[in-house]
Amino acid sequence: MISWIVSNLWLIPAVPLASALLILAPANSWHRTAAGLAIVGQIAALALAVMAFLPTLEAPGWRSFHNFSWFTFGEHALRIGWVLDPLAAAMLLMITFVGLWIFVFSIGYMAGDKNFTRFFAYLSFFSAAMLGVVISNSLLLLFVCWELVGLASYLLIGFWIHKPSAAAAAKKAFITTRIGDLGLFLGILWLYGSSGTLLFYDGGNGCLEKAGLLALGASATFIALLIFSGAAGKSGQFPLHVWLPDAMEGPTPVSALIHAATMVAAGVFLVARVYPLFSLGAINGMTPSLSVVVWIGVITALMAALIALAQADIKRILAYSTVSQLGLMMVSLGVGGVAAGIMHLLAHGFFKALLFLGSGSVIHGCHEEQDIRKMGGLRRLMPVTFFTYAIGMMTLSGVPLLFSGAWTKEEILHATEQWPRSQMPYYLMMAGVVLTALYMTRQMIYVFFGNRRAAAEHAHESSPVMTVPLMMLAACSIVLSVVLTPAWSWLHDYLLGEQVHFEIERLIQPMFFVSAALVAAGIGLGILIYRKDGETDPFARTLPALFRFLENKMWLDELYAHTVIAAARIAARIADFMDRYFWDGLVRAVGGIGQIFGMFSANFDERGINARVDGGASGTRGLGRFLSARHSGQIQTYLGAVAVGMLMLLLLYAWLT
Amino acid sequence: MAHLISALILLPLVGALFMSIARESHARGIALGFNALTAIAAFLLWRNFDTAAAGLQLMERHAWIPTIGAEYLVGIDGLSLLLVFLTSLVFPFAFFAQRTGRGFCALMLLMQSALFGTFTAQNFILWFLFYEMSLIPAFLLIKIWGGANRDRAATKFFVYTFLGSVAMLLSFLGIYLAKGTFDFAALAELGKTGLLTGKMAWLAFGGIFLGLAVKVPLFPFHTWLPDAYESAPTGVSMVLTGVLSKMGVSGFVRLLLPLFPHEIKILGPWLLALAVCSIVLASLAAWAQSDLKRMIAYLSINHLGYCMLGLFAVTASATRPLAEMQAALSGVFMQIFNHGITAAALFYYVGLLEQRRGLRGLNDFGGLMQCAPLLCGWMSVAMFSSLGLPGLNGFIGEFLIFKGSFALAPWPTALATLGLLFTAIVFLRAMQALFSGPLTASCNAFPDLKRSEKWIVVPVTLLMFALGIAPQFAFNIFNATVIQMARLFA
Repeated sequence: MISWIVSNLWLIPAVPLASALLILAPANSWHRTAAGLAIVGQIAALALAVMAFLPTLEAPGWRSFHNFSWFTFGEHALRIGWVLDPLAAAMLLMITFVGLWIFVFSIGYMAGDKNFTRFFAYLSFFSAAMLGVVISNSLLLLFVCWELVGLASYLLIGFWIHKPSAAAAAKKAFITTRIGDLGLFLGILWLYGSSGTLLFYDGGNGCLEKAGLLALGASATFIALLIFSGAAGKSGQFPLHVWLPDAMEGPTPVSALIHAATMVAAGVFLVARVYPLFSLGAINGMTPSLSVVVWIGVITALMAALIALAQADIKRILAYSTVSQLGLMMVSLGVGGVAAGIMHLLAHGFFKALLFLGSGSVIHGCHEEQDIRKMGGLRRLMPVTFFTYAIGMMTLSGVPLLFSGAWTKEEILHATEQWPRSQMPYYLMMAGVVLTALYMTRQMIYVFFGNRRAAAEHAHESSPVMTVPLMMLAACSIVLSVVLTPAWSWLHDYLLGEQVHFEIERLIQPMFFVSAALVAAGIGLGILIYRKDGETDPFARTLPALFRFLENKMWLDELYAHTVIAAARIAARIADFMDRYFWDGLVRAVGGIGQIFGMFSANFDERGINARVDGGASGTRGLGRFLSARHSGQIQTYLGAVAVGMLMLLLLYAWLT
Repeated sequence: MAHLISALILLPLVGALFMSIARESHARGIALGFNALTAIAAFLLWRNFDTAAAGLQLMERHAWIPTIGAEYLVGIDGLSLLLVFLTSLVFPFAFFAQRTGRGFCALMLLMQSALFGTFTAQNFILWFLFYEMSLIPAFLLIKIWGGANRDRAATKFFVYTFLGSVAMLLSFLGIYLAKGTFDFAALAELGKTGLLTGKMAWLAFGGIFLGLAVKVPLFPFHTWLPDAYESAPTGVSMVLTGVLSKMGVSGFVRLLLPLFPHEIKILGPWLLALAVCSIVLASLAAWAQSDLKRMIAYLSINHLGYCMLGLFAVTASATRPLAEMQAALSGVFMQIFNHGITAAALFYYVGLLEQRRGLRGLNDFGGLMQCAPLLCGWMSVAMFSSLGLPGLNGFIGEFLIFKGSFALAPWPTALATLGLLFTAIVFLRAMQALFSGPLTASCNAFPDLKRSEKWIVVPVTLLMFALGIAPQFAFNIFNATVIQMARLFA
């Protein structure tokens, strides 16, 4: 049983992939079958994920892998494989479970779309690629699936392909992440070159195991940073985060699945997966590469939280919130709290999917309106959505005790506080927690409280196919707390491979109060500021310049457009210009010289040689004609000529003597 | 089975002659028939080829003009076989791409014969004969059936390549006078210790380099290519990029690299710089194009640049671990094949677009996904293959080239990854302009793929997937050759 699931782990991504292919086969015909196939595939993947989860419970730190040769080039086999360990198993469960409810939600949300079947094919394909990333035991296989995830995201963001903005957002997402992926690609090449393998675990010879790490030495820092650039691209870290908010052009279930729960988490997962590369040669748990991770994470978390405060689009707020939370996870990984980071990642998968689906329900109810300033008072019209959204909001903000996000956030703060290098990230993260609570309170008030504004007039609650997933995810957001508390930190110890203990007195740590105070401050501040129903944002009224700065996303898009992108475009123009006029000009110049030489030689031929030859020929002909005229056949002429000749000879003789 | 290679070379030639008595309307059918025969011959060649053995196989040797060292000497190794397969695949694909008459088919078959000859000849004189023989039909095909600028483009193409050929011929005459042989194997053996010395060596190197660099083409000898590919009719563009460009690459592998190891090592950094320029500048220039054919032409330069990067990294770097050399060489061979398939497919799709719309500018289309989803879908696969998406064929070759080159020459390789980014930008921009957005009025009556077109597109796409997912069958063809060559260059 155990060996069966490990050697057949590939089935988990293969099942959704098969559904995707089956759905695409009878293009655009069977609506019900498409959704059915996708959901059955996802349920099968979930069942397999549970089967894969069970053996990992056997012993702390259980790990098993299955490697094989992909192909042989020259005398070398390129080996890939899959691995099953707590990290992979936990991710598998989260992705398949959250994914399943997002699939169900999509049936309702996409019901009217004419490309309904294609949507489910893409969703299944995405799920397959993402599950592939999680089970990879080779950085190469991971990269392959990683890029396929990128493709799926490209297809899904641009799903409403007739919208130019969606097409542009899809392109931006693919290219921005590919910039990061170039770094990842170089990291893979470097790692492959210096350790000789890309397998993570290979019975002691993998690149994450002792022998492989020893071969790396000092280059590990650079390799880790290159890999991190890929992770930063995928997980929307500064400065590559710009694609993620634009990606909200995709249908809302896509935002939930890809840009909240799973894909964007891939970067965090990758860092956790290759953590030994980051922590190689650590002193006090610090390495240069981990410090970079911390600071990038801090910048991202704060920047995105600030921007979220000034956005009006319900999905964009959540998008920036996602960016911010991913930054938080990166900080956690960077300061050494790997388990805390992954725990937050898993919890975030549930509650952010919940929030996005909730926003989808709101958007659906408000007839495709996304501007929170046009909503308001929805709590009575959409009670289920309101209630579940409130749970999501409180989990994200970190309201203590009941909600999973609070426990993970507390642990991250704890880990950050312990970082020996600097206390700065800790203070900044505390500010981040306040800001998170603040922007979520703002959103709640705008959407669900106060007077009903234009779009909320005819709002209606969504159908059960959409609200049941909300309730399921909301329940999970709470229930998950059970395995997260310090009293029984099961998930923490499971991920780290440690023995679990239950000690109720550990439940309330000092950090609990710090965290609770921060959240209370954020929510209280939010209620204080936004309680009054105003036409304009109070923040915009008091600090208009700062608000505009944040509303425009710190003008980073404009900055990129006018620097990097403009420079690249100019480079392209120059390359084209050089080709047309300089290099081709040289060719034409050589050709021209050849032509001039040709004309010259033709001229020389014509006037120099040919004319002389012609002249010679005509001279001869003239002479001939002259002479032939003399040969008249008349004796008198001949005798006359003889007489003249004789006379001349005589004269010559006389002159000579 | 003794004369299999000769049969392969002769079959298309017979087909070309047969065109003189064929009916105009039957021409394409007959050409495809002869292609089926060559495909069978190629298949038999593979059956009789021992993939485990290195070195030349199925050799045929006949005296020809002994006084000048010319022999009829043909034989194949893994690389030759790969190129024979490529030729046998791309030509029928190209014939399917357009309706054609007798003259067109006859010239195409003549070119095919010449290509088979080039890829199997093992004596310089014979090789050169075939090499030039491919040039003339290509010239005529562009000149007679080409697009707007055909006269200029054809002349430029012919004169430029011919100039290179002449330089190469002179170099080989010099080598012959010094060493008295035109046999590639013998020359490679002599090359290990240095074929020529002093100025002669550099002159000979320069001549051969010029000839091959123009053919590939390598930056900055590439300016004939966009014009030629743009002006050529679809089928000819497919063959030019799919197969003819490989004459240059395989020429580098067979002629230049084994014969001048010393010179290449001295010039190494410069050659690598040229390869990187080919990769980066060509992909940048592709970004600035608005004509689809020109865009793909520039990306062809970019993709062949990866081949040159791999080859120069293998021969020019200071330290040469065998594993990395094998990776780079395997990657180059895969890339040769993959680029042939993918670039030909891209030209095919552009041909389909042009047939339907009458134009082929990037801005002449818009929203095609709404009226021709299948065409867009299959074309996207070829585009993603070309930009190196894993799971499709392009990735395997590029990954191995980069893997080998990065270990052998890290900085040029790191710079070359920019090409991967720009290629992605170019294709995504094209997809955005062609497929997405609102449907433009001029494309209202745009038909989707026809049944006959599907029959062509599906097998080619399946091949791309097969090579991307389970490429072992392709590696089996040339693994022994890779091992042998890596030893030769080490």
